[in-house]
Amino acid sequence: MQVPAAFQYERATSLDQAIELLTRYGPEARVVAGGHSLLPMMKLRLAQPEALIDINGLGELALIRVDGHDLAVGAMVRHAELLASPVVGEHFPILRDAERVIADPLVRNRGTVGGSLCQADPSEDLSAAFSALRATLVAQGPGGRRTIGIREFFLGPYETALNEAELLVEIRVPIRSHASAYRKVERRVGDWAVVAAGAVLEISAGVITEAGIGLTAVGAPRFVAEQAEDFLRGGRPDDEGFAEAGRIAAQECRPTADQRGPVDFKRHLAGELTTRALRAAAARAQGQEA
Amino acid sequence: MTTTEERPVGFGRMPRKEDARFVRGHGTYVDDVRLPGMLHGAILRSPLAHARIVSIDTSAAEAHPKVRAVITGETLAGLGLAWMPTISYDTQAVLATDKVRFQGQEVAFVVAEDHYAARDALELIDVEYEPLPPVVDARRALDPDAPVIRDDKEGQTDNHVFDWSAGDKERTDEVFAAADVVVEQDMLYPRVHPAPLETCGTVADMDAITGKLTVWSTTQAPHAHRTLYAMVAGIPEHKIRIISPDIGGGFGNKVGIYPGYVCAVVGSIVTGKPVKWVEDRSENLMSTSFARDYHMHGEIAATKDGKIQGLRVHVIADHGAFNATAQPTQFPAGFFSVFTGSYDLAAAHCTVTGVYTDKAPGGVAYACSFRVTEAVYLVERMVDVLADKLGTDPAELRMRNLLRPGQFPYRTQTGWEYDSGDYPRALRLAMDIAHYDDLRREQAGKRERGELMGIGVSFFTEAVGAGPRKHMDILGLGMADGAELRVHPTGKAVLRISVQTQGQGHETTFAQIVAEELGIPPEDVEVVHGDTDQTPFGLGTYGSRSTPVSGAAAAMVARKVRERAKIVASAMLEVSPDDLEWEKGRWYVTGDPDQGRTMAEIALAAHSNLELPEGVEGQLDATCVYNPPNLTFPFGAYICVADVDADTGQVKIRRFVAVDDCGNRINPMIVEGQVHGGLADGLGMALMQVIAFDEDGNCLGGSFMDYLLPTSVECPSWELGETVTPSPHHPIGAKGVGESATVGSPAAVVNAVVDALKPLGVRHVDMPLTPAAVWRAAQGRPLRTDLAIT
Amino acid sequence: MRITVTVNGEQHTRDVEPRLLLVHFLRDELGLTGTHWGCDTSNCGVCTVWLDGTPVKSCTVLAVMADGHEVRTVEGLAHGAELDPVQQGFIACHGLQCGFCTPGMMMTARWLLDHNADPSEEDIREAISGQVCRCTGYENIVRAIRWAAEHGGGRGTADAGTEPAPGREEVRA
Repeated sequence: MQVPAAFQYERATSLDQAIELLTRYGPEARVVAGGHSLLPMMKLRLAQPEALIDINGLGELALIRVDGHDLAVGAMVRHAELLASPVVGEHFPILRDAERVIADPLVRNRGTVGGSLCQADPSEDLSAAFSALRATLVAQGPGGRRTIGIREFFLGPYETALNEAELLVEIRVPIRSHASAYRKVERRVGDWAVVAAGAVLEISAGVITEAGIGLTAVGAPRFVAEQAEDFLRGGRPDDEGFAEAGRIAAQECRPTADQRGPVDFKRHLAGELTTRALRAAAARAQGQEA
Repeated sequence: MTTTEERPVGFGRMPRKEDARFVRGHGTYVDDVRLPGMLHGAILRSPLAHARIVSIDTSAAEAHPKVRAVITGETLAGLGLAWMPTISYDTQAVLATDKVRFQGQEVAFVVAEDHYAARDALELIDVEYEPLPPVVDARRALDPDAPVIRDDKEGQTDNHVFDWSAGDKERTDEVFAAADVVVEQDMLYPRVHPAPLETCGTVADMDAITGKLTVWSTTQAPHAHRTLYAMVAGIPEHKIRIISPDIGGGFGNKVGIYPGYVCAVVGSIVTGKPVKWVEDRSENLMSTSFARDYHMHGEIAATKDGKIQGLRVHVIADHGAFNATAQPTQFPAGFFSVFTGSYDLAAAHCTVTGVYTDKAPGGVAYACSFRVTEAVYLVERMVDVLADKLGTDPAELRMRNLLRPGQFPYRTQTGWEYDSGDYPRALRLAMDIAHYDDLRREQAGKRERGELMGIGVSFFTEAVGAGPRKHMDILGLGMADGAELRVHPTGKAVLRISVQTQGQGHETTFAQIVAEELGIPPEDVEVVHGDTDQTPFGLGTYGSRSTPVSGAAAAMVARKVRERAKIVASAMLEVSPDDLEWEKGRWYVTGDPDQGRTMAEIALAAHSNLELPEGVEGQLDATCVYNPPNLTFPFGAYICVADVDADTGQVKIRRFVAVDDCGNRINPMIVEGQVHGGLADGLGMALMQVIAFDEDGNCLGGSFMDYLLPTSVECPSWELGETVTPSPHHPIGAKGVGESATVGSPAAVVNAVVDALKPLGVRHVDMPLTPAAVWRAAQGRPLRTDLAIT
Repeated sequence: MRITVTVNGEQHTRDVEPRLLLVHFLRDELGLTGTHWGCDTSNCGVCTVWLDGTPVKSCTVLAVMADGHEVRTVEGLAHGAELDPVQQGFIACHGLQCGFCTPGMMMTARWLLDHNADPSEEDIREAISGQVCRCTGYENIVRAIRWAAEHGGGRGTADAGTEPAPGREEVRA
């Protein structure tokens, strides 16, 4: 079996201490949460951090809360917990849809929401779903807390806006009247997405007042299809508009070929799944389960 | 003899004897073996597919405080072990000396005090390579300008391995020339890997004082391994003991001898300590025996009313960098010539050209049946292509052309003698279980609504149970199996067999065979296997040969014991043996059933002071060697129902009906389990499994992230049926079954998906049917699934 | 680094390298070889054990992360000489062949039944979808878990419902 190279191990007992440790070890340290992205990479020796800072003991990061008008998801919340959460299921079906198709039940038992976002894997599902939702990320560093709009968070593959010694603490999404859905095509259950799309619609008096479209695995800048969102805003939530939004989304992404599929297929899927997610969200807005 | 009834003794459903240890976590697999002072090996592998080795610097690794030895090809060359023979009369580098010829090839072996240190030390070895252009596409391996991979072989000036043909070319050409309808189709059976969940590994322990080498190894063929080690390493064969403990799945992956095994043995000799080497998953997928990789061109000829007349096939067979294919000596393309399938043809001809490429060696592993899988896929796709051309229902076309019961034993156009079968009955049963006509009606309705639903049929004839020894041998070792049966004084028995279970349940099935023959409970029969010091010689478990060959040996040796028991009973009862009759478990006097002796009574007497008559020296123990007169030919009819989403390319296998006929069933529960597993295998190959390579020869299926295996979600609940047509030449009328479903199911799945795509004008899609492959086929721009997607 | 892990109710203290994987800790340090491993990338699920009552892939957990926590393995499934209904179900329904995936499958099955006493076929297939079996085609594994549910195996808390995992949730107005 492949095994990681040696490293220093530190177990953080508080958020402040975690940040202290991050400051002390510098850029060669990695934070380990669920470890389900990091440890396989370390076993394959694609990652060889000098130190691991384990934040599994930080219970305060492991809560799903309704805080005022926001849903606040702690960075250490496990995927399985997000999936099982009634409040998430009620207000954010896009997250429930996405969680049901992230990896497998055992990985979801261990992998964390924050870990998924911070890994910034270009095929990750929650990155697209939270981007569609325009979530706000709360980060804490030596200088205190700051918030980062999720659309400013992803700088590129495996690269985020977090500063050195900064830790993602919480993901916040306003609870408001909207409908959402997430659709994914995978080669097999548990596989990374060939392509996936999430859609969020706010509809008022038969008009789309705000739209969010998240795309993963297709090289969409910051996991979103902004031109398609612009197109939808102010329009009617109908099949024709959704089809056109799909066409726009397909054009604005930049997929690359791999064994999951060629570029033309991924581009086609980006459009198809955008349309399907929009339709499913709209159906939910009508009170129909999709 | 029927097999579906419950039997208290002998054949019938019974829970497996081996399960008690497995469910407690008390199995002993190779990686569970721990010996005092044991060291750990790890292999450095080539990152390049084709390159000359300029230099190897092991000094830093040797300086690692926990490293005990670093072995390179040079070290091995000094021992004459740098190259080893393959089971196809080729040679394979144990550790590369001149060149590396595939990505993942073995370059150096580190022995260290623990596994983690061994892996660390690999990073300290510095190898300088001079890259060479790789040969990746099998279809271009024989191009005049293709780089020569095997320049180590004298006289080898290209990448050609062999040309082989079967059937009557002239007659086949005549049949095709005169046929009303001829259809042709290119198809690829891509490279796949068996991927047993337990990877391959070994613990080698050379005792320097006694000179005895003990090897715990993941092997499906322990006796063959012992003989090969003796031949290759020059260690006297009586000083070699191979122990094959519990095996975590084999599927053909654990037939051959891998460089890592040899390295562990050398490591133990060099260090004087036991050395464990267990490959990781990437090593397993990238370097050990793959399967398939057949690029096939098929042609089928028929009359306009749908009588199939002839088949013509040409295959380019990708054998990788070393021809390490496991097949009997006389069959370089395995049993591919069973490609005439289950049909009565006027003529058939095939040619197979084997080529070298810069890929891992191997070729037959994986529920192999020695290329029957490829053959069945070919013919069953061709029949569907013909049905499409003729506008005939594919089940109906098959029914019209299947061999009839009266034609058995049937000699095929390529020389096989099928032993027994009632093919139409099996197909009818499958159609009944599936409610075939209802499915077609449902499909018609869906097509009107623009929904894509497909129904795929396949019918297969398997060829399993190699020998006989005069036709079938591995490197000269004839494919016949021994068996030994001891009956202890209290009537309990020990059966020793040469075949090696990898999950097939031999400890139960073989006990049931003896139980059936001797009339004692299966619980009273201990089955000993997997240790060459404890068991008689035999060729091992692969090609579904355990029941056909060793199962027969077990029955025959039990019958020998029974006959001895008869003589002893005659002495006990003071009658002539001719006056005794057998009922299960007991000999009694003809006409006086109360006068009888049970096996236990007879066994005790055979060990007692009873004066024994001529013909018995004492005790009941017996041995035998079974040399099968022919293969057995199990068969079956499969129907798959698939729903396809044309806009996403997603395939959902909704139903799968499998009717298998493997002759008499010893333990129907185990037989059904074998079928279930094979169906999942076939579904996996059809839908997702593939080892593709990019233009640089990089393996694109080198981990379970990239090489996908089916899960519980993709698999439907399998719907099984059975017919029973005993093999006339097998002592208990049984045939093999382990690989039937793997052989028969891929064609059913592909036929179903192609059937679903028919309204879009699709006639064929190459496996695996991933969303991308299906969507591109629907667009009329099919993917090459064996290469990198660009 | 010195760690103490409670495995199947028994405390074990060992000095380990931080990089030691939990699966190796169990197998090599404690000799509990019932837990197997099958890949390097947390895809096969052969190494599944419980960590604090939840099934996880022990090839992707560091032993040091289990320090002070509770682990349950296949060796802790039976109740003395009496097999757990899940183990009995696997035998009765031929839910195993080579036995390599079996310990992990049974650990997930036990957890599923603890949280869903009467799982449907679909629930079962979903629950084991992160674990590969190469032998059984899953058919008899599904049946084995159903068998266990029907033979006193589903003794999970009824109010745990059918949710795949118990969520930790705090709602503030």
